[in-house]
Amino acid sequence: MALIDYDNSDRRGKSLPQQLHLDLPLLAGLLVLIGFGLIVLYSASGESQAQLNRQVVRLAIAFVAMIFLAWIPPRVYQKWTPFIFAAGVLLLVAVIFVGDKGKGAQRWLEFGVIRFQPSEIMKLAVPMMLAWYFSERALPPNVKELLVAAVLIAVPTLLIMIQPDLGTSILIASSGVFVIFLAGISWRWIGSLAALALIYAPIHWFFVMQDYQKQRVFTYLDPEKDPLGSGYHIIQSQIAIGSGGLRGKGWLEGTQSQLEFLPERNTDFIFAVLGEEFGFLGIVMLLAVYLAIIGRGFFIAVKAQDTFTRLLAGAITLTFFVYVFVNIGMVTGVLPVVGLPLPLVSYGGTSMVTLMASFGILMGIQTHKKLLPG
Amino acid sequence: MLKSSTRYSNGHSFKDHYQERKLLISRSIIAFAVVVVMLCALLIRSWHLQVVKYEDYQTRSNDNRISIQPLPPKRGLIYDRNGILLAENRSIYSLEIIPEQVDDLEATLTRLLSTGLIEEKHKKKFLKDLRGQRRFKSIAIKSRLSEQEVARFSVDRFKFPGVRIEARLVRFYPFGAELVHALGYVGRINDRELGQIDQANYKATRHIGKVGLEKFYEDQLHGTIGFRRVEIDVQGRVIGKPLFEKPPVPGRNLRLSLDIRLQKVAAAAMGVDRGSVVAIDPRNGEVLALVSNPGYDPNEFVTGISTANFKKLMNSEDRPLFNRALRGLYSPGSTIKPHIGWIGLEKGLITPQSTVADPGYWVIPNEEERVYRDWNRRGHGLKVDLNMAIIESCDPYFYDLAYRMGIDTLSKNMLDFGFGQYTGIDMGEEVPGIMPSRQWKRDTRKIPWFPGETVITGIGQGYWIATPLQLANAIGQLGIGGTRYQLNLVNEYQVENEWVKVIPEPSEKQADFSNAANLSVVQRAMRRVTQFPRGTAKTAFKDSQYQSAGKTGTVQLVTQAEEKYDANKVAKRLRDNAVYVGYAPYDKPEIAVAIVVENAGHGGSEAAPIARQLLDEYFNNKKSDRMAAKMASEEKF
Repeated sequence: MALIDYDNSDRRGKSLPQQLHLDLPLLAGLLVLIGFGLIVLYSASGESQAQLNRQVVRLAIAFVAMIFLAWIPPRVYQKWTPFIFAAGVLLLVAVIFVGDKGKGAQRWLEFGVIRFQPSEIMKLAVPMMLAWYFSERALPPNVKELLVAAVLIAVPTLLIMIQPDLGTSILIASSGVFVIFLAGISWRWIGSLAALALIYAPIHWFFVMQDYQKQRVFTYLDPEKDPLGSGYHIIQSQIAIGSGGLRGKGWLEGTQSQLEFLPERNTDFIFAVLGEEFGFLGIVMLLAVYLAIIGRGFFIAVKAQDTFTRLLAGAITLTFFVYVFVNIGMVTGVLPVVGLPLPLVSYGGTSMVTLMASFGILMGIQTHKKLLPG
Repeated sequence: MLKSSTRYSNGHSFKDHYQERKLLISRSIIAFAVVVVMLCALLIRSWHLQVVKYEDYQTRSNDNRISIQPLPPKRGLIYDRNGILLAENRSIYSLEIIPEQVDDLEATLTRLLSTGLIEEKHKKKFLKDLRGQRRFKSIAIKSRLSEQEVARFSVDRFKFPGVRIEARLVRFYPFGAELVHALGYVGRINDRELGQIDQANYKATRHIGKVGLEKFYEDQLHGTIGFRRVEIDVQGRVIGKPLFEKPPVPGRNLRLSLDIRLQKVAAAAMGVDRGSVVAIDPRNGEVLALVSNPGYDPNEFVTGISTANFKKLMNSEDRPLFNRALRGLYSPGSTIKPHIGWIGLEKGLITPQSTVADPGYWVIPNEEERVYRDWNRRGHGLKVDLNMAIIESCDPYFYDLAYRMGIDTLSKNMLDFGFGQYTGIDMGEEVPGIMPSRQWKRDTRKIPWFPGETVITGIGQGYWIATPLQLANAIGQLGIGGTRYQLNLVNEYQVENEWVKVIPEPSEKQADFSNAANLSVVQRAMRRVTQFPRGTAKTAFKDSQYQSAGKTGTVQLVTQAEEKYDANKVAKRLRDNAVYVGYAPYDKPEIAVAIVVENAGHGGSEAAPIARQLLDEYFNNKKSDRMAAKMASEEKF
C-alpha cells in the first residue's frame, strides 16, 4: 500500500470517486453507454431476463477490473511493462502447445478453474510496451527505433493470427501502430508505408488469403449475389437499419429483430437492432456517447504528464474507436464482416473486462498526477 | 522508482521536452480529428440507409418473407438385445397461440372456452405466460391434448386464426421404473447444459440426456438439426409450401446387450427390497441385466416432474434416485473368499490339503486378547481345508490366510480382479470403490495400517467396498478363468441401415490363470456351494437344470466381535446385507450374476434365490429361443 500509494496519503477532503481515482466525466459516459446498451440488449435477446442478468454480472466484474487499474499509479505498471509484455508473449507461445481448443481455434489457457485468453493481456501489453519503448527515447523516432517497434508489434500479432484469431490480431496490431503514429512518425514515412501497402495488397490477395477470406470480401462488395447464403447477414442487417427510418419502429417492436430475420442480433449485430428500433436518432445518440468517451480519452492523453502515459492514453482511446468503427462499419455494410463486438453493448465477449480495464488505466493516468515544480 | 523517473527527465540530454510534448499533443489532436471524420462517415452511411433509402428498406422489411425454421432431429431409439423397444418417441400434441397473429385475443379465448377445449385455468395460465414472452413465438395454452381433442379442434380450426396444434415427439420409456437405472432419462435442457452444447444443433431440441445411457450416448442419440426456408408475412404467418428443406438427420439407434426378460425377472425378484441385481456375460463384458431397487418412473422427468413428487423421491429413505448397481458401495463379504483362496494357492501360502483349525474363533498369533469370530459359533471343525472353507464359508481359514498373505499382496492381486477400479461401463456415473492397502490408508487416513485390518479384509469386510457391477465382473472372471472385459451396455449402434458392433475391450489389469490346477480347486469348491449338502447356497439351487457355481456373503453392518448378533434385536437398517455372486454353466460360463439385498439377512437364504430365478430364466429363454429359431428355419424349407 505504502509503496504505490504514497502520493494520496492525505484522504481528508476527498470524495469517494477521488479516493478511488475515478474520472467522473469518463465514468458518466461509460454508464450512459452501458445503460443504453442494456436496454437494446433486452430487446435483442428476445426479452430474456436471464441474458440480461448474465450481462450485468459480467459488467460488474469488468467494473471491478476498471476500479482496480484506476487505483494503480501508472508509473507502477510503466516499470513492469517489459515483464508484462514478455510474460504475455510466453503465454501466447504456451497456448500453441498446451492451449484448449474452443470452437476450432486454439486461444484458451487453463489454470485450474480459470480459463483465459492470453491475447486479452496483449491488447493492453502491446500499446504499453511501445509507449514504454518510446518514452525512453527521443521523439520523433528514427529508423532503427521504428524497426524495433515493428518487431514488438509483429511478434504478438503473428502469434495471435496463427491461433487463428484475425479480429483480435488486427486490434492488437493497430493499437501498436497507433502508438507509433502518436509518437510522431514523420509523414514521409506514413506516406511511403501507405504506398508499400498498396503495392503489397494484390500479392496478399493472390498468395496469402484463404478462399473463405476472399469470399468475405466478395460478399462485402456485392451481398445481393448470394442473399440467402453468405450475404444474408449483411442484407438483413441493412434492411433492419434502413427500415428503422428516422425515429425507429419503437423498442421491442422491430420486426426484423423480433421475427429473427436478423442473425446474431444480440452479439455482433446488435447495432442493427438499435438502428431498427431507435432509428437514425438512436444512432446519433449512440455515436454521440461514443464520441464523448473518445473525446475524454484524448483530453486525458493531451493533459497527461509524461510521454509514456500520453502515448498509452492515446493508443487506448484509438483502439476503442477501432472497435466501434469496425463493428458499426461491418453492420452498416461499409466494411467486410469481421467478428468484433460493439463495445460495451454486445452480449458477452471476453473483451469486456479488458476494455473496462483499459478505461481504468485512462482514469489512473488522469487521477494519479504528481505536482511538478513549474 | 524515484531513481528511474529521475533518469527519464535528466538522462537524455538530447531529449527536447517542450518540442516532444508539442509533437505528441498535435498528433493526438490529429487523431481525434480523424475519429470525428470517420464517425461522421458512419453517420452519413446511416442517414443514407435510414432517411434517403428509407422507403426502399421499409418495403423490403415488409416483404421480408424468407424465414428459416429449424427442424428437430428424431432421437435415436434404444432396443434390448432381442429388438424389444426400451426407449421410443411418442407424439404429444399441444394447443398453441401466436398472440401477434390473433386479431382479438379476448374473443378468441372466449370462443375456445365455449368449445370446451380449454378451461378457465388454462386461460389464466396462458395470460400469465403471455407476459415476458418473446414476440411472434407461439405460447402453449394447453399441452398433452388427447387424440379426440386434436380431432375436434381440427374440424373447427378455420375459426381460430393464430391458434394451432403443435405436434412434438417426446421420449417415452415403456418399462418405466424397472429399467430406469439401466437407461437413465432425458429432461428439459437447463441453463447449465445450454452452455455446454452446440447451441446451433440444439436449436429445435427441448430435451437432453440427463443421466445414464441417455446422457452418456447423447452425441449419438441426438442427431443433426435440419431446417427449412418458408415464406412468411410480416406477422410471422407461414404462407404456402417450404421453399427449401434440409431434413434433420435422426440420432443413431442403439441395441443393448441387456435382455429385458432377465431385467424384468430381476426387478420382480427384488420386490420392495433395497439393493441391486446385475447379470453380465463374462466372456465379453456385456451387461444382461442391471437393476437398482427401488427405481422410479423416468417418464415423469421427461414431461417435467412436479415439485411434490420430486421432493418425495429426494427425501425417500430408500433413495430411489440412487443407482446402486453403479454407485452403491458394499462390503463384498465372503463373496471374495474364492479369490483370496486362489491367490493363496498361487503364492504357495496354502495347498488344497493344508488345513486350519476352526474352534469358532481365530486369534492373531501371540496376540491372544483380540478374538476374531467365525459366523458359526461352534466352528467348522479342527481340520478345515480350502474346499470346505469355501463351501461352508469358514471365516477363520481366511483370517489366517489373509494374515499370512499380508495386505499388500492381497490388495495388489485383487486389483487384477477389478476391485478399486472402474468397470468401464458406458454410463459415466460409476464409482471405483476402494481396494484398501497400506499406501491407500496412509494417503487418505494419514494413519498406519493395523494387522487386525488385514484379518477382516480376508473375509471382505473393513475398508474394502465394491459395486455390484464389480462383484459380478470379479466372479465372472474367476468362472471363465480368463480375460476380464470392460462392461458395456450398448452392443450395437445403427449407422444409416447398418448395425455396427461395439468391440469389447479387455480391462487393463488381468489375473494370470496359467496354473489350471489352482483355478479348478476354487472353481470346484464354488460349484459345491450350490450342490453339496453343507453348501451355503444348496437350498436355493436345489434341482436346478444346469450346473452353477457361486458364493454367498452375509455382510455385517454392526460389529460382531463382542456381542452375540441377534437379527431380531438389531434395527432393520443395521441388519446384514445379503450378497450372492455366481455364474453358470459351471464348465462354460455364459452368465455371471451379483445380487445385493440390503438389510435382508443371510446371503444364502435371501440373495441366492434371486440368482436362482435369474439363472432359471436365462436358461429357459435360451431353450425357447433355440426352439423358436429351429421352428423358423424349418418353416423356411
